[in-house]
Amino acid sequence: MSAGGPGAKEAPKYTKKDFESDQDVRWCPGCGDYAILSAVQKTLPDLGVPKEDIVFVSGIGCSSRFPYYMNTYGFHTIHGRAPAIATGLKLARPELKVFVVTGDGDGLSIGGNHMLHVLRRNVSVTILLFNNRIYGLTKGQYSPTSELGKVTKSTPLGSADRPVNPLAFALGCGATFVARSVDRNIPHMEEMLRRAVRHKGAAFLEILQNCNVYNDLAWNVMYDKESRLAHELRLEPGKPLLFGPPDDRRAVIMDGVVPRVVRAADTPESALWVHDETNLNAAKLLADLFAPDFPVPIGVLAAIDAPVYEEIMLEQERRAISERGPGDIARLLTSGDTWKIS
Amino acid sequence: MSEIAAAVKGNGKSLKELDRAVIRFAGDSGDGMQLTGEQFTTESAWAGNDVATLPNFPAEIRAPAGTLFGVSSFQLQFGSHRVYTPGDRLDCLVAMNPAALKVHLHDLKTGGLLIVNTPAFDKRNLDKAGYAANPLDAPALGERYRLHKVDMTGLTHEAIKDLPLNTKEKDRTKNFFALGLVSWIYTRPLEPTLEWIGKKFAKNKDVATANTRVLKAGHAYGETAEIFNEHYTVEAAEMVPGLYRAMTGNRALAWGILAAAQRSKVPVVYGAYPITPASDILHELALHKRFRVRTIQAEDEIAAVSAAIGASFGGAIGVTGSSGPGIALKAEAIGLAVMAELPLVVFDIQRGGPSTGLPTKTEQADLLQAVYGRNSESPVVVLAPATPGDCFYVAYEAVRIAAKYMVPVLVLSDGFLANGSEPWLIPEPETLPPIDVQFRTDADGFFPYLRDPATLARPWVRPGTPGLEHRIGGIEKQDVTGNISYDADNHDHMVRTRAEKVRRVAQEIAPTTIQGPGTGDVLVVGWGSTYGAITAAVERAQAAGRSVGSIHLRHLNPLPPDLGHILREYRRVLVPEINSGQLVRMLRAEYLVDAVGFNRVRGLPLASDEIHEAITQLLESQA
Repeated sequence: MSAGGPGAKEAPKYTKKDFESDQDVRWCPGCGDYAILSAVQKTLPDLGVPKEDIVFVSGIGCSSRFPYYMNTYGFHTIHGRAPAIATGLKLARPELKVFVVTGDGDGLSIGGNHMLHVLRRNVSVTILLFNNRIYGLTKGQYSPTSELGKVTKSTPLGSADRPVNPLAFALGCGATFVARSVDRNIPHMEEMLRRAVRHKGAAFLEILQNCNVYNDLAWNVMYDKESRLAHELRLEPGKPLLFGPPDDRRAVIMDGVVPRVVRAADTPESALWVHDETNLNAAKLLADLFAPDFPVPIGVLAAIDAPVYEEIMLEQERRAISERGPGDIARLLTSGDTWKIS
Repeated sequence: MSEIAAAVKGNGKSLKELDRAVIRFAGDSGDGMQLTGEQFTTESAWAGNDVATLPNFPAEIRAPAGTLFGVSSFQLQFGSHRVYTPGDRLDCLVAMNPAALKVHLHDLKTGGLLIVNTPAFDKRNLDKAGYAANPLDAPALGERYRLHKVDMTGLTHEAIKDLPLNTKEKDRTKNFFALGLVSWIYTRPLEPTLEWIGKKFAKNKDVATANTRVLKAGHAYGETAEIFNEHYTVEAAEMVPGLYRAMTGNRALAWGILAAAQRSKVPVVYGAYPITPASDILHELALHKRFRVRTIQAEDEIAAVSAAIGASFGGAIGVTGSSGPGIALKAEAIGLAVMAELPLVVFDIQRGGPSTGLPTKTEQADLLQAVYGRNSESPVVVLAPATPGDCFYVAYEAVRIAAKYMVPVLVLSDGFLANGSEPWLIPEPETLPPIDVQFRTDADGFFPYLRDPATLARPWVRPGTPGLEHRIGGIEKQDVTGNISYDADNHDHMVRTRAEKVRRVAQEIAPTTIQGPGTGDVLVVGWGSTYGAITAAVERAQAAGRSVGSIHLRHLNPLPPDLGHILREYRRVLVPEINSGQLVRMLRAEYLVDAVGFNRVRGLPLASDEIHEAITQLLESQA
């Protein structure tokens, strides 16, 4: 039995291989999920947590097959409910390191409500949301992150609903850690995974992921070499928001309450927007930036300390037991108004 | 009312002995009728009577005053013998306003006591209740019933005129006048109520004094006023000796879970979303953190059951509770627990439906939903308590079975059991059967779907156990290895295995108790909260020399192994239910017996009179 939180036990020196299960991976060849799986398996040895203390919980969809491929504990559940199941698991076993693997459909459509509440409660789970802007497992319907007018099997004349922005959604829910990475940027993805798993509370990591079968190159803005150079904005704490090729650096600045892109060379240092992960208002503005008019921020938008749900709940339990002793059913049954019949 | 003996006391008022009485307090939602009824119940329990109660209140939190739909009532029956039901027809009705009179008068026996609060019968309230003229002025009322017109409001104000309370606060104490008066009429001890007032209003002396004075004023009014020339006593019932307490069904379910948590030494996670009439289970469990019961007020019904399942996966006992509409929402997740073969306890506190239906009224119409209401072949164990106190044992048993067989167990309580209370013989916890939870820790030869040969249960493994890392989920699994499998024969095998596992719970079922002869003309088969009404009706028929027996099913899936045999020992089978015929359908399908239903779906418990009549009719139809 483990106790004392992740890392309390001495973890053996793992390699990536220790986290690979014996199951055949069944994603389509070329799927972005392979790179994410590999990055997760590669970063977990650095976490210093025994693998028996790690649990992957998922819902339904391509991304949700993830737990089968991890040689840890895993629970592949039902559509959209992984955050709720993970919440119950953390309440039962706060010392476990719990991941929720989900997608744009599972996490933001059928399970949107649970995503809202797991973030709001700040349950200590690491949420990996694979955003490919399409329904893959059901074979190609548009998703809640698909762009307006998306032509798919279910929307032959184009979708009529506007997309949700996962980062803005998470921040709106009160998430205490919000980050974005890209499946084809492996070093960055590994860095973000390392940050996310160390966060105390709910960590929300959106990973822009390619579905090469139903929505190929949906994130080409971040794949195409030139486009990426022009648009990728690396968020780093204490650093100004600068992006673009070396010969044409751009800065994002605040003009009143409106973000604007300006030439870096023309901008005095005092006017630069310096990234601060603890500034939630700034994070909400960053979440809305996207190509073509703005750069695409990747990195940690926000990371703050806040009370953690299961810690509060368990503290209430500890206090109740320390003040009045453990529960005793015999005493409870005979407490209050009773009477004897002889 | 059967009058056994009459005596005359010093005050010149005769004291008659009764063997039982049925009383209903009725008034506006704001008149405190539930409290009055609860206190009268406590007084009766103190007096040693057996008691059964029926609270009945509107779904609205503050229904508009004076309206018919805003009437709240509390009925109880107390007696010197075993009391099975809150009673059918009333011996005494207390009506605090015209609406209460209009809604409830038809249940009062001819010649019954009718006590009304006269100042409430003003033009405004009469209009709201739809009375063209004051019914108290009609001579017929006094001829048909023993009508007592009492100025409760005026006498209340008179008793506390010197206290520094405003008119509204003074008004609010008048239910204690009614309680005091009826306590005198039925010679109930005032001590428990006085004690309760002292505790409840310890911080507000004026209110405590006011309630105390008004209670005593009501009592004194009965004793001295010229209008009451007799009162009644009901001897203590012959009950099993021991320590008793009042118990409601919802509290009993919660305490059953606490007992199971303590006995199994496994923490409980209770996930719930507020819903009438199940919310009190969440409230009660949230009070008892010392038992390592962790409650989640989830964002919705699905999250509530999902959290419970996540907890079970983690090695805790996952429990969720709701009413019919919530259970419908939980169906897919319950299917996950079936597939993942995890323990799960689900309380369904049934209410009138479908849809929102009658949230505060009782019904038994979720039986088929519980047994069959999920996609595909998804068998679960279904249990039903018979009385409020029985809820304790059934909740405990649900945990025991869920953990032993690694299955979901649904418990069908209902609004009547949930809010009704009975004097409950407090059990010795150590006499409860052990709940022996064994988590697998041995990695040698481990597979997630290895099976115990006796129960077919797969091993329960707590994450955190080295060497036993494994993945489970909702996709069909190969037996033993737990690998994903789409193999046709494996699926057929797993469907049968999941069914067989539930079927084997039959080995836990004690031989069925038959109330009456082992063979005869009519067998009455019931389940759930109709136990009291059926038992009373069958005892009456037996006392009249009829060849009638009854059985009451606690196990609805699987059914008791001896049930088929018992059904065939009777010429006819009658199945009374508060639905349009659900158990009767299951019995006909399972045993090919020509069982007939007796069905009323009015949001109210069945009356023993009507069941008795149905028995009589069935006997006559076959004669």
